[in-house]
Amino acid sequence: MKKEIVAQPPAAGKPPEINISRPTNDTLRMRLSGNWRIDQPMPSIEELEKQLKSEPGVQKIAFDTSQIAGWDSSLLTFLIDITQLGSRQKISIDSAGLPDGVPQLLKIAAAVPEKKDTGRDAARETFLTRVGENATVFFQSAADMLGFIGDAFVTFLKMFGGKTRFRGYDLVLLIRQCGADALPIVTLISMLVGLILAFVGAIQLEMFGAQIFVANLVGIAMVRVLASVMTGVIMAGRTGAAFAAQLGTMQVNEELDALEVLGISPMEFLVLPRMLALILMMPLLCLYADLMGVLGGLIVGVTMLDINVIEYYNQTISAVRLNDFGIGLFQSAVFGVLVALTGCLRGMQCGRSASAVGQATTSAVVTGIVSITVATAIITVLCSVLGL
Amino acid sequence: MADTDAHITVRDLTLAYGNYVVQQHLTFRIKRGEVFIIMGGSGCGKSTIMHGLTGLKEPASGQVLYDGVSFWESAPEEKERLRHTFGVMFQSGALWSSMTLAENVGLPLEQYTNLNRSQIHKLVSLKLALVGLGGFEEFYPSEISGGMQKRVGVARAMALDPDILFFDEPSAGLDPVSARRLDDLILELRDSLKTTMVVVTHELASIFAIADNSVFLDPETKTMIAHGDPKKLLAESKDPKVHNFLTRSDGESGK
Repeated sequence: MKKEIVAQPPAAGKPPEINISRPTNDTLRMRLSGNWRIDQPMPSIEELEKQLKSEPGVQKIAFDTSQIAGWDSSLLTFLIDITQLGSRQKISIDSAGLPDGVPQLLKIAAAVPEKKDTGRDAARETFLTRVGENATVFFQSAADMLGFIGDAFVTFLKMFGGKTRFRGYDLVLLIRQCGADALPIVTLISMLVGLILAFVGAIQLEMFGAQIFVANLVGIAMVRVLASVMTGVIMAGRTGAAFAAQLGTMQVNEELDALEVLGISPMEFLVLPRMLALILMMPLLCLYADLMGVLGGLIVGVTMLDINVIEYYNQTISAVRLNDFGIGLFQSAVFGVLVALTGCLRGMQCGRSASAVGQATTSAVVTGIVSITVATAIITVLCSVLGL
Repeated sequence: MADTDAHITVRDLTLAYGNYVVQQHLTFRIKRGEVFIIMGGSGCGKSTIMHGLTGLKEPASGQVLYDGVSFWESAPEEKERLRHTFGVMFQSGALWSSMTLAENVGLPLEQYTNLNRSQIHKLVSLKLALVGLGGFEEFYPSEISGGMQKRVGVARAMALDPDILFFDEPSAGLDPVSARRLDDLILELRDSLKTTMVVVTHELASIFAIADNSVFLDPETKTMIAHGDPKKLLAESKDPKVHNFLTRSDGESGK
């Protein structure tokens, strides 16, 4: 049983080809030709296995590669497949006929046995195991968060004892970053929110001829809740994310370790000024957002509802109580603490890789916004219970 | 103390992440004014040991004594005092990227001394000049090369004139000439300031050039398997792992 061997000249563009012959009874020779490169279609190893099974009594596979035009790693993977095929069917491989360097590379690839106990086996865990693991992780992270909050609180108290170290210059810079630098976006967002509120309210109120109450609607909603919530969300996305990314990168670069080795607590040196800056700036930003929101409402009132500017002003003044201001400002101070805490917490917890910094940033924004929403709900319910 | 010469004494130290033990039962002494090398293959826990010595990672068990005072059993104030007796150069330099080089070197002085601005400035310039970077005060870490960053790391570690300097892989990522210059710097500083140097490295050229004493850590048994002057270890050690490491030979031929 002998197959015809077709001699082919080496051709650069020709796809890989195998011709099989039986020079002796127990040897099977594969003549490889064509271009064994990564951009060429490789012969299927299953076909070869079938063919091998149809040739009984083969003890050894030999190669003739004199017609091969070129080769790269794809030839190696093909040969590794054949080697594995051979070891499955108890056939030895004679690598003598392979191109120079190939036997050596195959030897290197086979030299170190594949590591089995790396602990990264993808064995699927049962549903219960995963639930249990997630629950443990959840409680652990809740404990971490509490620990961090406690730590931050202690540091805060220490500050009043005058025993903390951070640089005044850093605080000034941070105050600028989360105060003045945030003004443009706070202006835009809160003015638009005021505008939208007035617009939606106007359509309803016009039906009763009560356009003037747009001022009440916008004034109370902005001052009491919306201005602080909007600035909170903006600052979570803007400053909370920045804190997390900054501290996370410092973690990656061992900069936090360098502080700690000096005995400078990152809590005092980095977290405290960030908290201070946000707690100081958030109420101010909120106050500014109040103004901008009312201004947005005023624009709709004056241009669409023909309300006089003075009229709108007087209506707003009479509608908004000092209490509303107090609640809004208090709320924004709370958000300042929350945003600073979540940003710094996620930054300090960051792992030591670039993707960990990304996760820390995402998580800081998500945790920040969630905690703002929950806090708003709690404060609103409390205020209505207390009748404020 | 039994040995008054010992500057740092490590007793039966075990370091672990949770249940995963990195290194265990480490016991060695570092003498005053010597260059002590902690060596071993990649991933054997060299840097973790250094974190244990420098107060960044609490050991699972065992003691680290500085002049007979156990670091991890001390009160916070004592820990802080001990921390100021050593300086650390980190693997990547770990310079504070938002500060200039002068601010980086000056921060420890600013925080822990009562010096005024111009005195600090003078000291900072001196430290930078000592590591060959005079005139670079107003540069930011991102504006200088990796080798220079490591030198600034050394200058910062020396800011408070510590008795002990730790180096985490000083020559990693440096070209041979810069690496040798850093080695020379370590020796010069040791000779002139009598500082005890603890160097974590696997760079053979550095090891033979600067070491007075060393420990060899083995990742498989998770403990030290050799202790002594690397040159003597090379000549005398019977352990194939140590021998292979010090001669860069293959695991097979060491048998």
